[in-house]
Amino acid sequence: MNPLGSTRLADTANGAWHVTFTHTLHAEWTKLRTAGDTGRLLLLTITLTVAVGCGTAKAVKCPDTGCGQDPVKLALTGITVGQAVIAVLAVLAISNEYGTGMIRTTLTAVPNRLTVLAAKATVLTTVVLASGTAAVLASLLAGRCVLPGNGFTAAHGYAPLTLADGPTLRAAAGSVLYLALIALLALGTATAVRDAASAIATVLGLLYLFPILTQVVNNPHWQHRLQQISPMTAGLAVQATVHLRERPIGPWAGLGVLATWAATALMTGSLLLHARDT
Amino acid sequence: MTTAPTSRPPATRPAERDGFPRTLHAEWTKFRTVRGWVLATAGALLVTIVVGLLGTAAPAPGGRGAHSAAYPKGPGGEAVNDSFYFVHRTLTGDGTLTVALQSLTGTADTDTGTDTDTGTGTGTGRTARSAQPWAKAGIIVKEGLTQGSPYAAVMATGGHGVRMQYNYTHDTAGPLSKAAPEYPRQLRLVRSGDSLTGYTSTDGSHWTKAGHAKLPGLARTVQAGLFATSPEAKQNTATGTGFSPAVATGTFGRPALTGNWSQSAWRGTQVSGDAGTSGSYTNTTKGDFTPTSGGGYTVTGAGDIAPVVGGPVMGAGFTVENFLVGTFAGLIVLAAVSTVFITGEYRHGLLRTTMTATPLRGRVLGAKALVAGGIASVTGLIAAAITLALGEHSTRGRGFRILPVTSATEARVMAGTGLLCAAAAVLALAVGTLLRRSGTAITLVIASIVLPFLLATSGVLPPGVSQWLLRVTPAAGFAVQQTLPQYAQVLSVYEPSTGYYPLAPWAGLAVLGGYAAIAFGLAVVRLRRRDV
Repeated sequence: MNPLGSTRLADTANGAWHVTFTHTLHAEWTKLRTAGDTGRLLLLTITLTVAVGCGTAKAVKCPDTGCGQDPVKLALTGITVGQAVIAVLAVLAISNEYGTGMIRTTLTAVPNRLTVLAAKATVLTTVVLASGTAAVLASLLAGRCVLPGNGFTAAHGYAPLTLADGPTLRAAAGSVLYLALIALLALGTATAVRDAASAIATVLGLLYLFPILTQVVNNPHWQHRLQQISPMTAGLAVQATVHLRERPIGPWAGLGVLATWAATALMTGSLLLHARDT
Repeated sequence: MTTAPTSRPPATRPAERDGFPRTLHAEWTKFRTVRGWVLATAGALLVTIVVGLLGTAAPAPGGRGAHSAAYPKGPGGEAVNDSFYFVHRTLTGDGTLTVALQSLTGTADTDTGTDTDTGTGTGTGRTARSAQPWAKAGIIVKEGLTQGSPYAAVMATGGHGVRMQYNYTHDTAGPLSKAAPEYPRQLRLVRSGDSLTGYTSTDGSHWTKAGHAKLPGLARTVQAGLFATSPEAKQNTATGTGFSPAVATGTFGRPALTGNWSQSAWRGTQVSGDAGTSGSYTNTTKGDFTPTSGGGYTVTGAGDIAPVVGGPVMGAGFTVENFLVGTFAGLIVLAAVSTVFITGEYRHGLLRTTMTATPLRGRVLGAKALVAGGIASVTGLIAAAITLALGEHSTRGRGFRILPVTSATEARVMAGTGLLCAAAAVLALAVGTLLRRSGTAITLVIASIVLPFLLATSGVLPPGVSQWLLRVTPAAGFAVQQTLPQYAQVLSVYEPSTGYYPLAPWAGLAVLGGYAAIAFGLAVVRLRRRDV
C-alpha cells in the first residue's frame, strides 16, 4: 500500500500487485459491508423480487392446455422490480464516495484507479450473485407452490418447476447473472457520471424506456430491432422457457446484449476515472 | 437554529407578511443559478420531444401513401368506420320505409391459426353460422354515400336486439333488447324534416318506438334503404384476443315505401369501398344483394357503422398519446432534478443556511415545491405542445392516420402532461426530503411511477390485475393522456395493454396528485420535527 505512483509500478513488476489487489478487495468489502444501506437494500431486493414474482404467479391463470404461458418467466417477474434496487446499490457503491469525498482517500490509498474499480466490481458482483441466487431460488420455490393452484398442472402440460429441468436451470442461472450485469452496468454508469441522481436516472431510463418505446412503435421490424438492443428486454430473454423461436432474441444472445451494455458502461467509467481528476 | 421555541413567533411574525414571495424568490434563484439543473430541465424538454418523435418515426408498413391519410370523420368530428353494404334509393322530403327482416345470419372465419376455438359455440369447423353480437341489418337513412355523412338507422343486431343508432356515436336499445331474436321482425323508419323515428313490431300491426334521432341540417334529398354489415369476430382464446373476418346477411321482405322516392331500381353500394378498420370480408364472401322470390332482398355486408376505437380494430394509425411516450423520459429527468433540489441542500449543508434565513420549514418546502412543480409543469406543457405539433405533421407525411381529437381534448392532454410532470416533481421533492438520499429517493419515485405502468401494459398480468395497478399506483396519472374513446357498441380490447386506463383522465391524475400531496404533507411534518 505505497501511496507513490513510481513505487507502485515497481511493486507491480515484482508481483506485489496481487497483494495490493487483495487488500483493495478487502477494503472495498469492508466499505460495502459497513455502509448502512447495503444490507437493507439486499434484503429489499430479495423481498421485492419474491413478492412481485409470487403476486404475478398468483394472478395469472392457465385455464386449459395451450394457454401459452411461461411459468418460469412468470415466477421470475420480480426481477424487473428487484433490478431497480440492485441498480441503486451499485450506483451508491461509487457515488457515495464522490458524495462524501471519500473517493480522495480511497485513491490516495490505492492510486491505481482501475484496481479500485476492479475491486469494487468484484465485491459488488459477489454480493449481487449471492443475494440474486437467494432471490431467484425463493421466487422459483414460491412459483412451484403457487402455480399448480392456477392451472399450471400436468394435465395442462406443465410440470412443477424444478432446477433439474434444463431450461429452468438456464433461466434461473441467467436471472442471477442478469442481476450481476445490471449491477455492473450501474457501477460503470455511476463511475462515469459520479453523481448518484444522474446515474440512477440514466440507468433506470436505459432499462425502462426501451420496453415502453417498443409498445408505441408501429412498425414490426423496428419493434423487433428495439427488443433486440434493449438491455432489459434482451437480457430478460434468458428467462424464456417456451416459444423460444418466436422471441426476438435467443436466451444467451440476449444476455450477451446486456453484457455488451454493461461492458460499454464499465469501459467508459474506467476510462473517465483513469483520465480525470477526482 | 438556537432560538428558543417561545421566542420564535414574535421574531418571525413581522417577516410573515412578505415572507412567502421572498422565500419563493430565494428558491427560484437557487434553481436558476445551478447550471446542471437548468441544463437537465432543458434536457428533459428535449428528451421528451426526441423520444416521442423517435417512437413514432417508423415508416408505414406499406410505405408512403399506402393508407388513406386520414380516418373519415363523423358529424361530431370523431373518427368513424362507415362501411356497410347499402341497398338504396333516393328519398326527397319526408317519407317512410317499412320492411320485414326475416333473418340475420353471419359467417365468420374462426380459423385464427390456433387450434383451440373457445370463442364460438360451434367449435368444429372453420366457420361459424351465427351473426356477430354487433352484426347489423336494417334500414338506414343517410345524407349521402360519402363516409362520415349523417345518418339514422333502425336495425336488428346479432346479440343485442333491435337498436336505433344515429350519427355513429348514438345507440339506443329498442323495446325488445333481449338477445332472443324473434323473426320475422318488422322495422320502420319515418323521416319528417330533420327528425327520424324508428319503430319495431313483431306482428306488423302493433308498432313500438325504438328510438328517435334529430339530425340538424339533414339534406332534403337523402339515400335510404336496406343495409347489412358486421364487424370482425372477436375470439377470446387462452393466448389472447383474436379478430377474424366476418360477414352478416340480412334477409328482408318486400320494402313498403311512402313519400317521394326515386323511380329507379334499388342499387347496391359498398359504402367506403372496403370494410373499414374493424371489419373485413372473408375470402369467399363479398358484399352483395340478391332479390328473393317474395319481392324482398338478401343483403350481405361487412364493416361497421361506428366510431373508431383503440386496440386491434384501430388499424395502422397513431393516437395523440403515442406521441407523448417521451413523457416517461422527461419525467425521469425532472424527478431526478426535483429530488436533488432538496437532497443537494442536505449534502452541501446549504439547508442549514436556508433554515436560518427562513425558520418556517413548511414555507421553505412549499416554496421549493412551487418552484420544482412550476418548472416541471411548464417543461411538460411545452414539450407536449411541440411534440404533438411535430409528431402529427411528420407521421401524417409518412402515410399514417392519426385518430382525431377535439381541441378541448388536445388541450386537456397538454395541460395534463404538464400537471403530470408537476405532480411527479413534487412527489420526488417530498420523497427526497423524507429520505435525504438522492439515489434511493429517485429510484423510489421512478420505480413507483414507471414500473407499474410497464407491468400493467406489458400483457404479462391478467387485465383485472393490470387495471388495479393503474388505479392504485402513481402510474394512474398517465390516464390524463388517454384520448382513445370507448363505446359499448364496438367490440375491442379495452385493456391497459391497448392504451385504456381504468380511471377517467382527471381521476387518474388525481391519484398521482394524491400521492404527491400525502408525501408532501409527510415531508413537512418530518422536516419540522427533525434537526436539519
